Amino acid sequence: MIKANALTKRYGPLTAVDNVSFSVQPGEVLGFLGPNGAGKSTTMRMFSGFVEPTSGDAEICGYSIKRHPPDAKRCLGYLPEGAPSYGEMTPRAFLEFIARVRGMSGVERRRRTEQVVEQLHIDNVFDQSIDTLSKGFKRRVGIAQAILHDPPVLIMDEPTDGLDPNQKHEVRELIRSMSRDKIIVISTHILEEVEAVCNRSIIIASGRIVVDETPESLINRSRFHNAVTIRFARTAELADIRDAIGRLDDIDHVEIDEKFRSLTAFPTENAMVLTAISDLAAAQDWPVEQLHMESGRLDEVFRSITAPEVPA
Amino acid sequence: MNAIRVIAARELNAYFATPLAYVFLVIYLILIGTFTFYLGGFYERGQADLIPFFNFHPWLYLFLVPAISMRLWSEERKSGSIELLMTLPITMGEAVLGKFLAAWCFVGVALALTFPIWLTVNYLGDPDNGVILTAYVGSFLMAGAFLAIGACISAANRNQVVAFIITVAVCFAFLLSGVELVLDFFVAWAPQWLIDSVAGLSFLTHFNALSNGVLDLRDILYFLLVIAAWLYANAVVLDMKKAG
Repeated sequence: MIKANALTKRYGPLTAVDNVSFSVQPGEVLGFLGPNGAGKSTTMRMFSGFVEPTSGDAEICGYSIKRHPPDAKRCLGYLPEGAPSYGEMTPRAFLEFIARVRGMSGVERRRRTEQVVEQLHIDNVFDQSIDTLSKGFKRRVGIAQAILHDPPVLIMDEPTDGLDPNQKHEVRELIRSMSRDKIIVISTHILEEVEAVCNRSIIIASGRIVVDETPESLINRSRFHNAVTIRFARTAELADIRDAIGRLDDIDHVEIDEKFRSLTAFPTENAMVLTAISDLAAAQDWPVEQLHMESGRLDEVFRSITAPEVPA
Repeated sequence: MNAIRVIAARELNAYFATPLAYVFLVIYLILIGTFTFYLGGFYERGQADLIPFFNFHPWLYLFLVPAISMRLWSEERKSGSIELLMTLPITMGEAVLGKFLAAWCFVGVALALTFPIWLTVNYLGDPDNGVILTAYVGSFLMAGAFLAIGACISAANRNQVVAFIITVAVCFAFLLSGVELVLDFFVAWAPQWLIDSVAGLSFLTHFNALSNGVLDLRDILYFLLVIAAWLYANAVVLDMKKAG
C-alpha cells in the first residue's frame, strides 16, 4: 500500500502541493490528472524521495520516505518525467547498472533484463548508445529501468509522452498486464489514457485534490452523459425536429450544430431517451444518417473541473 | 559499499565513453613533460630527483582538476539523470562518495601514467625512491582535495562552465593561502591566530613538505580532512536542493 499523509510542498510563497492525502491499494491503477503546473510531478517526486516535503509524509510499503528512504525506494519503481537516463550508455549497460545498484544477483539480473527487453521491445537498440535513440525508445528504456526489479509499487510520470499510437497501445497493455497485483500510479494529460488503463482517477488543480473517483463516474459527470446525437443526411428542418424532440418526455433541452447538420438531445437526470428518439425518427421518417448515444466527454469534465471560470 | 562501487564504476566508464578522458590524459602528460624538462630544467640540474616534476603539480591541477570535477553533478542536474540517481535505493553518502572516488581514480590513472619520468630518473641516476613515492602520495592527496572542492561546487551549479571557474578560484585561494599575496588581505585587520589558520590551510605548504619526502602524518591528515569536509558540504548542498 502507498499512502500520502497531508503532503505539502512550498517553494517560497508558492504552494505547489497543498495538504494532499490519499492511499492506493494493490490492484489499483491510479491516474493522476491535472493541468500543467498543478502539482502532479511534485507529488510524485515527493513519493520518490527526490523532493523533500515541506510537511507531511509519504509511505511506500509501510516505509516512510522521510525516515527510511532506502527501504521505501527498494519497493518502488519510478519513472521520472522525461525518462532521463545516462545518454552515453547503451541500454544494456544502463540496465545492468540499475540492476547492480539495486543489488540484484547475476542470475536474477539476466532473467529480469531478458524479460523487460522482451516486454518493451528494445532488443534492436540494445547496444546503441541511449543518446542516439528516438524519443519513443528512450521512454521505453526508462520504463524498463523502472520495472526491472519487479517492484510492488510503480510510479510513472507521463509514461506514454512522446510515443506513437502503437507504442502507446503497447505501454498501456503492459500497464494493464502488470496491474493485477501491483500498485500503479501514472500521471498524464491524455484523458483517454485514464479511461483505457486506470480504475481510479485523481484530478489535482493548484496543488489540491479536487476529484477522486473512478474514470466512469468522472465521465458520468459530463453533461453529455447519456445524451443522444442525431446527424442528418441533407439539410433537414433542424428547428422543427428540435421542437419535436423537445416535446418528448425526459428531455431537458436540445442543441443544434449547423455545421455538422446534427443535433444533440440532453436528457433530464440520468434518463434513457435513445429508444424514444429513434422511434420518433422512424415514425416521422427523418433523413437520419447517424444516431448514437454519447458516453460523456472526459475532456469537457476535465475543463469544467480544473478551469471553472472558462465556460465549457 | 556495493552501491559505492557500482556508482564509481559507472562514473569512471562515463569518463572514457567521451573524448574527455583521452584529451585530458594527453594534455596532462604533454604539459607535465614539457614543464618538467623545459621550465624545470630536469637535465640541467644534474640531480637524480623529481623535484622539478612535482613542483608543477599544484599549478597543473589548478586548471585540469576542475575540468574533471565540473561535470560530476552539473551534468546530472542538467540532463535530469540526478532524479534517477537520487531515487535509487542508495544513501546520499554513497552517491557522493561513489562519484568522488571515480574522479579520484581517474586522476590516479593520469598520475600513474607519468611513470616513464620515474623510469628516466632511475635510468640516469640513483634517486631516493622513498622520497619519490611520498611525493606521489602527496600529489594524489592534493588532487583529491581539489576534486572534493570541485565536486561540491559542481553540485551547486547546473552550468559546468560556471562550476569550472568558481572551482579554479576557490582552489587558487586554497593553494596560495600561505603566501603573502593572500595573507596581506588579512594582515591589516585580522588577529594573528586567524592569519596563522589561513596560512595553515595552504595546499602548497602541505604538499611541499610531502614532495620533499617528509612523510608527516599531519600533512596526510590535513588533505584527508579537507576532502572529508568538502564531500560533507557536497552532501549538504544536495540535501538543500532536495528541500528546495
